[in-house]
Formats: sequence, structure tokens, C-alpha cells
Amino acid sequence: MTPVERQGLEGRAAITGIGQSAVGRRLGRDPLALTADACLDAIEDAGLRREDIDGISTYPGGGIPGAPGFSGAGITDVQDMLRLEVNWFCGGPELPGQLGSVINACMAVATGLARHVLCFRTVWESTAQGSGPRAGIGTGGGGRFRAGGFMQWTLPYGAASAAVWIAMMARRHFHEFGTTREQMAQIALNARRNAGLNPKAIYRDPMALDDYLSARMISEPFCLYDCDAPVDGSTAIIVSAVDAAQDCRKKPLRVEAVGSALRGRPSWDQFDDLTTMALRDAAAMLWERTDLAPADVDVAELYDGFSFIAMAWLEALGFCGKGESGPFIEDGRAIALDGSIPLNTNGGQLSAGRLHGYGLLHEAALQLWGEGQQRQVPGNPQVAVAGAGGGPLGGCLLLRRDD
Amino acid sequence: MSEKPFRLLPEVGPDNEHFWCGGAEGELRFLRCSACRTYVHPPSPVCPDCLSRELVPEAVSGRARLHTYTLNHQPWVPGFDPPYLVAIVDIEEQAGLRLTTNLVGCDPADVEIGMPVRVCFEERDEGIFIPLFEPDTPGGSTDDAG
Repeated sequence: MTPVERQGLEGRAAITGIGQSAVGRRLGRDPLALTADACLDAIEDAGLRREDIDGISTYPGGGIPGAPGFSGAGITDVQDMLRLEVNWFCGGPELPGQLGSVINACMAVATGLARHVLCFRTVWESTAQGSGPRAGIGTGGGGRFRAGGFMQWTLPYGAASAAVWIAMMARRHFHEFGTTREQMAQIALNARRNAGLNPKAIYRDPMALDDYLSARMISEPFCLYDCDAPVDGSTAIIVSAVDAAQDCRKKPLRVEAVGSALRGRPSWDQFDDLTTMALRDAAAMLWERTDLAPADVDVAELYDGFSFIAMAWLEALGFCGKGESGPFIEDGRAIALDGSIPLNTNGGQLSAGRLHGYGLLHEAALQLWGEGQQRQVPGNPQVAVAGAGGGPLGGCLLLRRDD
Repeated sequence: MSEKPFRLLPEVGPDNEHFWCGGAEGELRFLRCSACRTYVHPPSPVCPDCLSRELVPEAVSGRARLHTYTLNHQPWVPGFDPPYLVAIVDIEEQAGLRLTTNLVGCDPADVEIGMPVRVCFEERDEGIFIPLFEPDTPGGSTDDAG
């Protein structure tokens, strides 16, 4: 394929390195140490030195209260730990999904604010939530807890988790399109199959449809296996300006297009079409910014914090029609490693752990560099899409290796 | 009247008092634009359609249809014990005006998306009335569902 000249962000930003710490349940390690492992791993992978890093980007940034282990490190933690001298940095939660932080980095290198941006995401929810009795929601403050903001509309009803909110979106999809649990199961079964080929995955034991159907229910139609697994781990991605990327060790993965749109209400219950979620608009924008089409994509790494979200991404990105994700995945073939659109090739968040979007982008890059080992997608994949987020937020990137 | 479950309560202030306390008069209230008549929820200082600042609480009929639901089995909130039905309902007066709520007085096996429901209120402390929804069956009760 011939590289396309573009005026904007696309064509000027590339992924040049990836890194990841140990990933596991209750590692009991300092999240900043995990972050150091991932960041130094990524810098080395890109063939850079830490002195080359002149930008930092992360999601959701440090100091997120009320969510134990949700943020393992912020911008200043990393800047100080590695004594980085940067010209640009940005960290925060109000972004087009977790990968919005990578899109920000693409803008920084495209506009010349930075040459090589270190992007990272660290979670340690497994250790943070598992270190003692889990505090129930609203049990602090001697019974004087009162729900404000968006939570006032959900907590009084015991709708205290995205599991509940997204279960209702899945139910609506079932109603409108005849989708079934047996179909949705394929997201979890495919993830588990791929996890079996990934030594770093959390859950690697084979899982059959019967195992899925007999699992305990969380919030119908979601059972335990529709929900991702909290873990400890850190992932880092190096985003470089395309001209600077020529100095890097590996073939740059050019950012062919990004999707960062938010065109509906940013709400778990007021969004106009709950069966699509807000990621619909991010996905639509992605295709507005490239001449490539869904048929050109060789690998898809799509957010599966809950199984249904990956189905919504498949539809939104045009791998199947609206409402058709159930039939599209029901025999598992299309999304298998040797299928028409291999999905969540490392086991996704369902089986490889909730690295919160960054694990998916890491895997997309790894596949395009042919480093998938046992789980490598055949046929020398050149184009990959990574999409993260569900509910009111979503963002996506299309990566392309130009040979 | 069965025992009321524990509930986490909302922080009530000037911007949302009409909603959380309207049940004292048996009314489900939303802000409504005096200029273009759009209902606005959650409360906002500006009408999202015409940008008017004239938003006044107004009661709706309390009739709605079930948009979607889940039977929740996971204990999230200590004292609020599963299983229970969480629902999103479409308020009759305006397309896209929705509420997350609990569906009560209904066997989970009988729940159907699209079914007519109507508001009922559960009285809590501090003058708060939690709007819940129950099947809107002809001749059914509209009493407090608590």
C-alpha cells in the first residue's frame, strides 16, 4: 500500500514502541514500579533513550478519588520518577475514552509540540480491591452518604455499576435485533481461546458454551464471563512524529485515522440509541478520515469491559451491519485468529485482564509487528483498529504499517 | 405494604428538589422550557433546544413505557439486596425523555420491553420521594408502592 499524504493529524503521527509490565491478579507491587517497567520497556522497544522523550500523556491521570486502584500513576509521578524533561504533557479522565490520551499524543507530535510522547495507563484494581474487605458503595460517612451528579439518578435504584447500565443496553439490543446470550457468549469464548495462546493472559483454561451459560448471573443478560477481570498492570505506548519515527528501531505504525467524536448526550441512560452507545460516533468519524474501509482491516482490538461493548464496536466500525453482530459472531469463525476480522487476539480484557484500553492498543501494535508468537494473526497483517470505551465515551485509532 | 429497602439517597438542592420531592404531591416533575415547551432532564440552567433560561418544573402524567431493563443479581449496595429490577423508562410526554428506575410490583418473568408503566413513589426521610414504576394495568392501584 502507498502512504497517503494528509494535512491533519493523520500521516504525521506513528506508534514506534510498546511496553508492558507484569500483569496479574493481586501482584501486590507498587503501581509506580509497574509503570516504570512498562515505560522503560516501551522506550527501549522504540530504540529510544529516555532523553528522547519530550512528552507524556495518560488517562485518567493521578488523584482519582473513590475508585481504588483505578489510577496507578499520574503524569507528575512518571515525570519525576524518570526525571523526564518534557515540552508537553496531558493527563485527565474527560477524554474520548481511555485511548483519547493516545489521540492527544498524536496531536502533540503532529503540531510539533513534542517528538516522542510516552503514553501510559496503569491499573492496580486487583490489589487495591483485594487487600481487605471491599467497602460497599455508600457505607462511608456513617450513613450520611448522598449521591450527587449523575450518580443521583442511578444509586438510589441500586444501579451502582456499569455492569447494570450496559446490561440494559445489551437487553435493548436483544429486544430490537433478536440477539441471544448464545451469540454474545462468542465474545467471551473467542477471548478465552486466544488467551490460551497468550502466556500473560489471566484466565487461560478452556471455556465451553455450557460453562458460559451456567455461570452465575451478574445483571441479566450479563453473567460473570461477560465482565472483564480487574488486574494489576501497566502498559506504555510511544507516539512519535513520523519524521522522528525514522530514527526508531522498528517500522513505524502510522496513525491512519482517529475517531474522537461525541455527537449525542454523554449519558448512560439519555443517549439516543442505547444499542450503539457513544462509540458509534467515534467509529463513524474514523472512517470519515481515511480512504481505507472496514474490509481493509486485518486485526481488531475492541473494548470488552463487558462482552456486549465489543459487539457494539463491531457494528459501529462496519464489520457487520447495525444490529447484526449476533449472527456475525455466532459460530465464532469471523472473529477467530484465522477469521475475516480477528478480534481481541490476546484474550481481551475478559480473559487477559482489564488493562483499560491500553492493552488492546498494545496488542494491535504487537500484531502489526508480527510479534504475536503463538497467537499471531496469519497473513502478515498491515492494518489494525483499536477502539476503547463504552457507554457515554469512546475513541479509536486505525494503525497502518507501510512497507 | 412491605418493608422499604435501604436506599442510597440523592443530595437534594435547589436544582433537583422538584424531582426528588414532587412525590409529596404525587407528582413526577421535570424542568420544562417556558419558551419552546421542551422537557429537560437531568436539570440544566439552559434549554438544550432553544437556549432559553426560562425553565420551570412541571408535572407529567407519570405514564411511561419500558425502554429496557435488567434483573440484577449482584449485591452492589449493602442493604439493598438482589435480585431487583432496574429499568429505563420512556416518559410518555416526550420522545427521548428517560429515567433509570426500579420496576416494582411485577414478576421478573412478566417484564416485557414496551409495556406500559406508571410512576409510584416511595417516601424516604427528609421529604424525599423516590419515583419508582409499576405495571400500568387497567384498574390497578396507584398507591405508594413502598
